[in-house]
Amino acid sequence: MTHVLEISGLLKTFGGLTATDHVSLTVDTGEIHALIGPNGAGKSTLINQICGEITPNAGQIHLAGRDITRLPPADRVALGLGRTFQITSLLDDMTVRENLGLAVQAREGGNFRIFDRAAKRAEIWDEVATILKDSALGDRADVTVADLAHGEKKQLELAMALSQRPRLLLLDEPMAGLGHVESQQMIEALLAARGECAMLLVEHDMEAVFALADRISVLVYGRIIAAGNADDIRANPTVREAYLGEEEA
Amino acid sequence: MKREHIILAAVFVVLALVPFAAELTGQASWTRLVGQALIYGMAAASLNFILGYGGMVSFGHAAFFGIGGYVVGIMYHHFDAGTAFLGLIPGTDQMLITLPAAILIAGLAAALVGAMSLRTGGVQFIMITLAFAQMFFFLFISLKTYGGEDGIMVRRTNSLPGLNMRDKATLYWVVLGLAAAYYLFLRRLVQSSFGQIIAGIRQNERRMAAMGISTYRYKLYAFVLSGMGAGLAGALMVNFLRFASPDMMHWSRSGELMIMVILGGVGTLAGPFIGAGVLFTLETTLARYTEHWMLPVGIILLLVVMTSKGGLMALLRRLGGKG
Repeated sequence: MTHVLEISGLLKTFGGLTATDHVSLTVDTGEIHALIGPNGAGKSTLINQICGEITPNAGQIHLAGRDITRLPPADRVALGLGRTFQITSLLDDMTVRENLGLAVQAREGGNFRIFDRAAKRAEIWDEVATILKDSALGDRADVTVADLAHGEKKQLELAMALSQRPRLLLLDEPMAGLGHVESQQMIEALLAARGECAMLLVEHDMEAVFALADRISVLVYGRIIAAGNADDIRANPTVREAYLGEEEA
Repeated sequence: MKREHIILAAVFVVLALVPFAAELTGQASWTRLVGQALIYGMAAASLNFILGYGGMVSFGHAAFFGIGGYVVGIMYHHFDAGTAFLGLIPGTDQMLITLPAAILIAGLAAALVGAMSLRTGGVQFIMITLAFAQMFFFLFISLKTYGGEDGIMVRRTNSLPGLNMRDKATLYWVVLGLAAAYYLFLRRLVQSSFGQIIAGIRQNERRMAAMGISTYRYKLYAFVLSGMGAGLAGALMVNFLRFASPDMMHWSRSGELMIMVILGGVGTLAGPFIGAGVLFTLETTLARYTEHWMLPVGIILLLVVMTSKGGLMALLRRLGGKG
């Protein structure tokens, strides 16, 4: 089996604090790999190193066999890395449709053209229409992002990330702040997308993690203390002590 | 859309009639004033592309305005003296050469400034663009060959084949034609694929990077395009006033261009032109009554910015919406 993402011996320190302590993990084709851990465990730091916003002190990150450890963020995207943000990060002055259009345009190219009309590029807007047709956002297409509900923003962010056709999608707490119904919608959307790309899912919502993940890794104080399928993790005494125990208590 | 076209055409016709109106009323200075306002409008509009659409607050935009102007001045100087720039490039008074040269050189200067300053953001970016502009300002002051602090006189406006450019009205119409062309260019630019990317970067640079956009390259390209526009405006101004001086790139000029953009409406196409027209008119009118004209101008600017939320364009839109 090929690894879409392979992280080996990743180390990141901030002063005296070791945020990522020799982390190694893999995400395989078609897999959803969940990364869980208490607050401050270093999950976001890890995500940001995979994206290229933070450079690790040591270790390697391979995406589909290519070493991307030192590549700038935009080049990693070109190689098939997509992401959603923990705090939704969209183009707030634009509508849902325009956000998707810009995401598709960014992938399609022609971004340096100064004499064309972006609004008339049929290849972009046809694809956006297709995305919207299959999406819960269909009837909110012409609403400005600033006026969307939180759950809708999360859905839009996922749709934009998927429109990039990534090999690997990094999901930084996609359930954060969602109500029960919205969470269910998000889980369904992610299940529907699992055929399109591999996912590394950082999430606190254990119900979602157990519903989605093929494998789970537990990160505590920057180290992976356990890895395995849902049953392994549930049964693991170290994990229960470090993490699950707190929640169930 | 239809309505926009009608308004644009009407404004263009009114502006084209200015020289006739000036002659009829005996107010010969009108042509000169409106022409200058149009040129400042172009410079402000070029700044607005990076400031309003791109979110890059450049405080050194007058540098490119001045450099464009000096290209015309220096080329005329060598043409007049029969010498060559650096002993290599002969001078010329042909507008078909001087304007493209001014645009090109201003673009190169913008590439240099942008390449370094765009690695920063926020306040640092403002300060670095300002610092570069001051460097250019003092560079041109130190060039004694080209008049130093006094600048260069351009005794005759550049020639265009088939036109009598010594005629004030003809020169005005050339300026108006180029201002209109520049307006249409910017209108196209903000609707283009590139314009969309730039608007995206203004709203959320991190998101654009996550979509695979190397934002630095796009911002640099926008910065260069913007500098080229300012260079064109500067070249026209030197033709119009027949004078190039370091004052064109003084930091207070950069500030004025910013005021024009903010007064007229940040991130709007017509705003910078309106802002330039209003500010320039206020300055010249008030300066007749008092040397402390900055005070009333400041108060008016304060009132517009605090009440309109989006400059004069926002006010006009509200009036247009109601009427």
